[in-house]
Amino acid sequence: MNLLNLSWKNLTSKPLAMTLSLVLFALGVGLISLLLLLNKQLQEKFDKNLASIDLVVGAKGSPLQLILNSMYHIDAPTGNVSINEVKAFLNPRHPLIKTAVPLSMGDSYKTYRIVGTNHTILTLYNAKIADGKLWEKTFEVTLGASVAAELKLKKGDKFFSSHGLVMDENLEHNDGEPFVVVGILQPSGAVIDQLILTNTQSVWAVHEHGEVDSTQSAVGTEQSDSTEEHHEHEDLGDVNTPLLNFPDENITSVMLQFKGRNYQALNMQRSINENTDLQAATPAIEINRLYSMMGVGEEALRALALVIVFVSGLSVFISLYSSLKERRYELALMRVMGSSRGNLFVLIVLEGLLLAVLGYIIGIAISHISTEVLAGFMKQSYRYSFTGFEFLKEEIYLLFAAMGIGFVAAVIPAIQAMRTDISTTLAEG
Amino acid sequence: MLQIVFSNSRSAYLCNYMLQTSHLQFSYDGKNQLHFPDINCGKGEHWLLLGQSGSGKTTLLHLLGGLLTAKIGSVNVAGTDLKSLSTAALDKYRGKHIGIIFQKSHFVKSLTVEENLMLAQQLAGVKINRTRITALLNHLHVGDKLKSKPDRLSQGEQQRVAIARAIVNQPDVILADEPTSALDDANCNEVIELLEREAKAVGATLLVVTHDGRLKERFEKRIHL
Repeated sequence: MNLLNLSWKNLTSKPLAMTLSLVLFALGVGLISLLLLLNKQLQEKFDKNLASIDLVVGAKGSPLQLILNSMYHIDAPTGNVSINEVKAFLNPRHPLIKTAVPLSMGDSYKTYRIVGTNHTILTLYNAKIADGKLWEKTFEVTLGASVAAELKLKKGDKFFSSHGLVMDENLEHNDGEPFVVVGILQPSGAVIDQLILTNTQSVWAVHEHGEVDSTQSAVGTEQSDSTEEHHEHEDLGDVNTPLLNFPDENITSVMLQFKGRNYQALNMQRSINENTDLQAATPAIEINRLYSMMGVGEEALRALALVIVFVSGLSVFISLYSSLKERRYELALMRVMGSSRGNLFVLIVLEGLLLAVLGYIIGIAISHISTEVLAGFMKQSYRYSFTGFEFLKEEIYLLFAAMGIGFVAAVIPAIQAMRTDISTTLAEG
Repeated sequence: MLQIVFSNSRSAYLCNYMLQTSHLQFSYDGKNQLHFPDINCGKGEHWLLLGQSGSGKTTLLHLLGGLLTAKIGSVNVAGTDLKSLSTAALDKYRGKHIGIIFQKSHFVKSLTVEENLMLAQQLAGVKINRTRITALLNHLHVGDKLKSKPDRLSQGEQQRVAIARAIVNQPDVILADEPTSALDDANCNEVIELLEREAKAVGATLLVVTHDGRLKERFEKRIHL
């Protein structure tokens, strides 16, 4: 029957007051922990996917949309650009550009995007092949690790893509050639895990053969021009044929890495935006813009969480303080039985700390379980796999903060308990 | 006026004094001094302290139990001057050497009868002994209430558990403040009988403070305030 035990019994003898304090504590802690978790994981994924890309060039529109679509694969394309317009960037002899990765989008398979590009995209994300090989010919695809795992696809499997970036069976291209899985990538933790990669020509080919169906106007700008263009390029199927050979075909955007961050390179963005029909956007700037937009909501939530934590501290204080009146005799009695003033102080403080620690544990459990549950939903819309099983250093600080609040809430009632005048109290009883 | 009646003064001097006061005075407000007669209670003796309401009975009991400290005079319990102890040491000393029973028994509400007694052992720094607790409660005819919460018990039962709590650590001195005044005649007799029996069993000095006339005849040694 030690003090901790006694504190616990005292708490559980008042289940309603205890529940109220616990619920408030758990809510506050849970909300803060949830914010920390989501923020950390989101930021981590965003940063990882920056992939040291300096500039993204695509059709005019919202720069944020261009970045979100090209780099994070979470928004619709801004439109198409013709190879002719971007040929300068695709030229391997460009003096300022180290890497240029063309992207063609518009089709998907069970919500996973099919991206037409070249092999350099792998170097951006440090992706490596796990099984099979990289795509070579038209209609060959290499799957990101998550795609393969989620859709249970393996090497040699075939599938028809569907038009647009959402799942819709009516938009399936099932009259042409199917895609064939030739390889699967190792998990990289970056957005590439969520992509189906193929060559640019495959994306064109799907539409050149499949335009007879009635899906036009349905989704996106991707299909716009292809009906009138019926190029029968002999070399369409070879991944090694430079895209520059198809000046009239369209792609979605080009991701660029500069050789160095010199004056000319930095000027390139402005010059593209001012002098051409293209748009150039800097990922870092757009993502910071996004952070600052999300930041307002996050700050409001954080403030709300702090208010809840404060109220929970207050509720611990009130329930301990009000219980003192009816426990005065009990406390005096403990003194009679040999307990010191210090013991009584510790007894009450322990009650505050117990509530805090328990509330903390419940709160952390709530936040991690809900992150894990949310992860399922968010994976589809944000192309990120969140996890509830990651624990942060900040959560340890949160424990100390919670205990601090529990202590502060209990310290005045504890001093009051310590000062109980045993003689007067017992004489009244 | 205060007056001490030693009905058997010889034996008091023959024994070791377990409870002793000299020139004890106390004042709540600094003006009205209460003067108490010197008390000399020997080991194993049973005493009755009688007085009207307001005569300072409870104050004296609190002074003897170390719940109050007098500025003037001294209280000596089992050979220790209570004034010589620090607050914390006094708390420990009280828990171990003095058992106190109050008019209305109070317990730690969130604990069962057994746990209350275990708490008494633990707070006094005595090893927890559940066998003793069970035996004691059986002895006091409340063995079946071991796992009950105290507020489920009747007044008489509560008072018996309070006796158990007072003697569980085998104290040198048992102080009882109006232990029977809330009880009917039948319970009154049984409780005081049990109290005397248990005090005798542990060889403790018993001092019962009361204005309850029903107890007068039972005690040979009486102090009048």
